Amino acid sequence: MHLTSKPRHSSEPAVPVAASTDPWPGPLQASAEAPAQPLLKLEGVSMTFGGLRAVNDVSLSLRQGELVGLIGPNGAGKTTVFNMITGHYKPTRGRIWFAGQEITGLAPNRITALGIARTFQNIRLFKGMTVLENVLVAHHVRLQASLWSALFRLPAYTREEEAMRQQAMELLREVGLEGFADAEASSLPYGLQRRLEIARALATRPRLLLLDEPAAGMNPEETRDLTAFIGRIRERFGLTILLIEHDMKLVMGICERIHVLDHGVTIAEGSPEAIRTHPRVIEAYLGEDEEA
Amino acid sequence: MRGRLETFLTLAVLGLFALFIAWAEGNLNPYYQRILNTAFVYVVAAVGYNLVNGIAGQFSLGPNAFMALGGYTAALLMLPLTQKQMVWFLQPLVWPFNAFSLPGHLFIVALLAAGLVAALGGLLVGYPSLRLRGDYLAIATFGFGEIIFVLANNLIPLTNGSLGIKAIPEYTNLWWSGGAAVATLLLVRNLASSSFGRAMRAIREDEVAAEAMGINIFRTKLLAFILSAFLGGIAGALLATLITTISPTLFTFTMTFNLLIIIVLGGLGSVTGSAVTALIFAFLQEGLRFLEAPTRIGPWLVPGIPGMRMVVFSLLLVFLMIFYRRGLFGRSELSWDLLLRRLPGRRQSRAPHL
Repeated sequence: MHLTSKPRHSSEPAVPVAASTDPWPGPLQASAEAPAQPLLKLEGVSMTFGGLRAVNDVSLSLRQGELVGLIGPNGAGKTTVFNMITGHYKPTRGRIWFAGQEITGLAPNRITALGIARTFQNIRLFKGMTVLENVLVAHHVRLQASLWSALFRLPAYTREEEAMRQQAMELLREVGLEGFADAEASSLPYGLQRRLEIARALATRPRLLLLDEPAAGMNPEETRDLTAFIGRIRERFGLTILLIEHDMKLVMGICERIHVLDHGVTIAEGSPEAIRTHPRVIEAYLGEDEEA
Repeated sequence: MRGRLETFLTLAVLGLFALFIAWAEGNLNPYYQRILNTAFVYVVAAVGYNLVNGIAGQFSLGPNAFMALGGYTAALLMLPLTQKQMVWFLQPLVWPFNAFSLPGHLFIVALLAAGLVAALGGLLVGYPSLRLRGDYLAIATFGFGEIIFVLANNLIPLTNGSLGIKAIPEYTNLWWSGGAAVATLLLVRNLASSSFGRAMRAIREDEVAAEAMGINIFRTKLLAFILSAFLGGIAGALLATLITTISPTLFTFTMTFNLLIIIVLGGLGSVTGSAVTALIFAFLQEGLRFLEAPTRIGPWLVPGIPGMRMVVFSLLLVFLMIFYRRGLFGRSELSWDLLLRRLPGRRQSRAPHL
């Protein structure tokens, strides 16, 4: 995995779903901007709930193709940062930019449409729906056919539905869930539910993927699988990834850069090696008895 | 191949249904015709109501209000002018309704107008209340129902108040009610199995996740709500031109309660489930009339207690919630795929259904 590795489909123009022959047309927008410009930029972002300052003046930026870890003790404000990026919270102060466009305070669905997708700390699948339907929901945002054509099941709609199903099945094959397509999402084992949540996020065709504790509750073997899986989808879909995780092995193993929060404040930023030995990080997060 | 077989079966059933209606319209005894008509109207109302409560998972208590809007709209449009003069004897009917009346062959216009007026009402309630999360919709729609009730009682120049409107021509027959039921069933089934329906179900399952998948929550909920109001309006119009007399008491909360029982019994989220239980409900409502008549049990003469039927329905609901919480159909649909799979000797097919 190299920083310079080119995403496979990044040069393709955005293609309307129905007309596309490639089952996986790649992220919606082609990366036109210079690689030097950050894909995601947070500028002095703060979030206050009542009297509690959950996040205080955090600045962060990700370049196209990077894999960055966001770590910190419980309650440090990591998930709050995610919620501000995805529009679930509107920051009290500060601004957020994505691909050169300000997205501060936009509604979550608009931010998703721009190319940011996420998973949740506690898995939030559409439990009563099938695995395939979970992925299909993410295609709705790009539906071209009108409500009328869906109501009367006109060819314009059925063609698009067919194309959507093929793409969704293709994606399930990519992530190794094709055998479960018709199973109810809640019937999957835990590790596969995590994987499905990532697949569902991928189906929105993001350029930036936010993973909130993807390895939480996994045993070491599942975590190893997941680590490999993240590396694979990153390359396959040309993703930039921001990752919250407590599993230090995973974080140190795959992140190129790490950002450490404590009590809502950035206390360190740098390479895994630098973070591992950073005195404030050891004090705040890893404690005195650091594992090897 | 399979798709074609299913289309063929659907068309065959529709053909049989049309034959049955053609026969029933001339030959079935009027009492059963009336029950069947009522049953079909319930199908329209219940399937529409289920779109909001079952599929989109938003708890609305408003179908009685939308049915009232539809019923009054149809009555105002279809009542003959001479009859209008007789009905509004306290205060004259407002313009423009005092100046025209639609001829019988334009009944379809009155039906659609009834649907549109109700849909407008849906927009009015839905727009402010669907932006909020939680139970606001239930409160707002319940309040809306009460407002409509008060308006119907007091806007005498428009509604003739509590005296109601009498001698509306009986346009609803089995063709209209049966046709509306089939059309509703097909349209809502199409919608529910489409990408729009999936978006609605995603909202029901998890609003936060649905939003993160790029779904515009507000617009999708509003769509379900307005379509549901539209169908409620149609059902109200059919009811008004079936029983020929409407007054505010016809559209009280009891109507909503009946529909709620139907959709919960049928399975919240199951379109065909609502339709089947709507039919059962209409027939049970008649079939259980003996409960309210005086009966002789051995040596004792038990006097009839009005409202016993409602007690039975409520008990049924309680038992179902305890022992069979997901209702008759759960969230599954009665489909050809399901029926064909049950047939002996056929291999289970893995093709995506619908």
